[in-house]
Amino acid sequence: MKEEILCAGYGGQGIMVMGRVLAYAAMNSGYHVTWMPSYGAEVRGGTAHSMVRVHSNSIASPAVRYPTSCIVMNKPSLLKFSKRVKSHGLLLIDSSKISDGEIKQAVVGLNNICVKKAPFTEIAMSLGEKKVANMVTVGAFNKVKKLFSIKELIKAVSFILRDKDELITINEKAILHGYNMEI
Amino acid sequence: MTKAKKILITGNEACGEGAVKAGCRFYAGYPITPQNELTAYMSRRMLEENGVFIQSESELAAVSMIFGASLAGARVMTTSSSPGISLKQEGISYLAGCQLPAVIVNIMRGGPGLGNIAPSQADYFQSTKGGGHGDYYMVVLAPHNAQEMFDFTYEAFDIADKYRNPVMILSDGALGQMMEPAFVDRKDKAKGRKQKNWILNGCKARKPRVIRSLYLKDGELEARNKDLQKKFDKMRKDEVKFERYKTNDAKLIMVAYGTSARIARSCCDELRKKGKAAGLFRPISLWPFPYKQLESLDKGKTKFLVIEMSAGQMVEDVNLAIQDRKRVYFHGRMGGGIPDEKDIINLANRILK
Repeated sequence: MKEEILCAGYGGQGIMVMGRVLAYAAMNSGYHVTWMPSYGAEVRGGTAHSMVRVHSNSIASPAVRYPTSCIVMNKPSLLKFSKRVKSHGLLLIDSSKISDGEIKQAVVGLNNICVKKAPFTEIAMSLGEKKVANMVTVGAFNKVKKLFSIKELIKAVSFILRDKDELITINEKAILHGYNMEI
Repeated sequence: MTKAKKILITGNEACGEGAVKAGCRFYAGYPITPQNELTAYMSRRMLEENGVFIQSESELAAVSMIFGASLAGARVMTTSSSPGISLKQEGISYLAGCQLPAVIVNIMRGGPGLGNIAPSQADYFQSTKGGGHGDYYMVVLAPHNAQEMFDFTYEAFDIADKYRNPVMILSDGALGQMMEPAFVDRKDKAKGRKQKNWILNGCKARKPRVIRSLYLKDGELEARNKDLQKKFDKMRKDEVKFERYKTNDAKLIMVAYGTSARIARSCCDELRKKGKAAGLFRPISLWPFPYKQLESLDKGKTKFLVIEMSAGQMVEDVNLAIQDRKRVYFHGRMGGGIPDEKDIINLANRILK
């Protein structure tokens, strides 16, 4: 296992938590793992990203410049990171506010990568909470990549939200919905 | 494979928890990226442990506050990142001059000047060769993962008390901000800790004690310095720490610490896969530097490759250990750049040709 994941979107979309859920699930599944946030200077109003490495062996640098899996939750992130996805890697896109034409343009010329998209924010709104778009995405991501068991993902999110009981149910529901959806 | 009971924690927070478990109950600091999580963590933990947390008005105020609390017998810590540590140098010199224990953490970022907020290792000279004025040294420990951020901070307080001297944890923005699994549960040393026998806590029923660094009488300061040097000699003898990785048969030994050491280790593994005999020597105590231990690995033809996130600072100490400078090579990135594995492996292959 050598998975290098980059999650990107606006500040406030839960990009950091997304990475942390994956990191916790990785740790509890017995892998070496690092999580690192993007540096603060670019957060306000711009894109934020978190980087997760999941390896069978010890990890050198925690930074991920060229991801094997890239999750983009908005258009600026799509434009910034799509060209960096490694060959045979995955590009997963929240297409809620991005047109098909824009996506096509962003991935033109990218060979050997798997592009998947779904309107994760819209799906989250249909579940009654726009903010859980990140968890729907995590669920869908794991369905495509099959890195961890769904049980570990649920365990991870309930651990991270252990001080916010009222949020656990909706976040678990979101992960399950993402995991069971067609993508 | 990781074991149970580990938690995922940032290096900054692991460092803070190490201090709490070591019995630190007085923290003063001033915010600066990339060590803000550490100050934030201490603000919460000091409250929980009935300790003192002060967000000071400046870096100089923070180091002066821990100076005062150390005089009074508390286990104390201040933390910052490169520009803030420069501002604290006056206080560090005074702590050394007055023989006061304290732990100072530097989560290095790019410089000089305000630089940027990306990880760097360009404060090696400042930490190991003085920094403040006067003839002093302090033990400088360089962790390379979240576990060591906890462990070294935990141990640093004992070293500081043992010698009555400041100790520095020298880390960088990547180690501070990244999360990794670590064990952060050890015996809380605050419980049952004996009062130190030299502190200033009111002299009722005993002779007054004086702690100062100002010695104006003829010869007095030189005598004081000789005492300090004896202490530093003892540290040179007893506080050397390092780690060797696959060095026994190595034709090329990389020398690196902190984040650079993680990358170097991974490069060694890659080179070994291709049949190249590469190893890693990782100084853990940057001061005292493990000169003899490094020298003992030199088999006459061994090549050494120093990797740093600086223009080349530790390489000067490696040159002191390995007299034949022609066999010492250097690869460095500056201003927040992180060494690239491909660049290192290419260079290693060229050296080994």
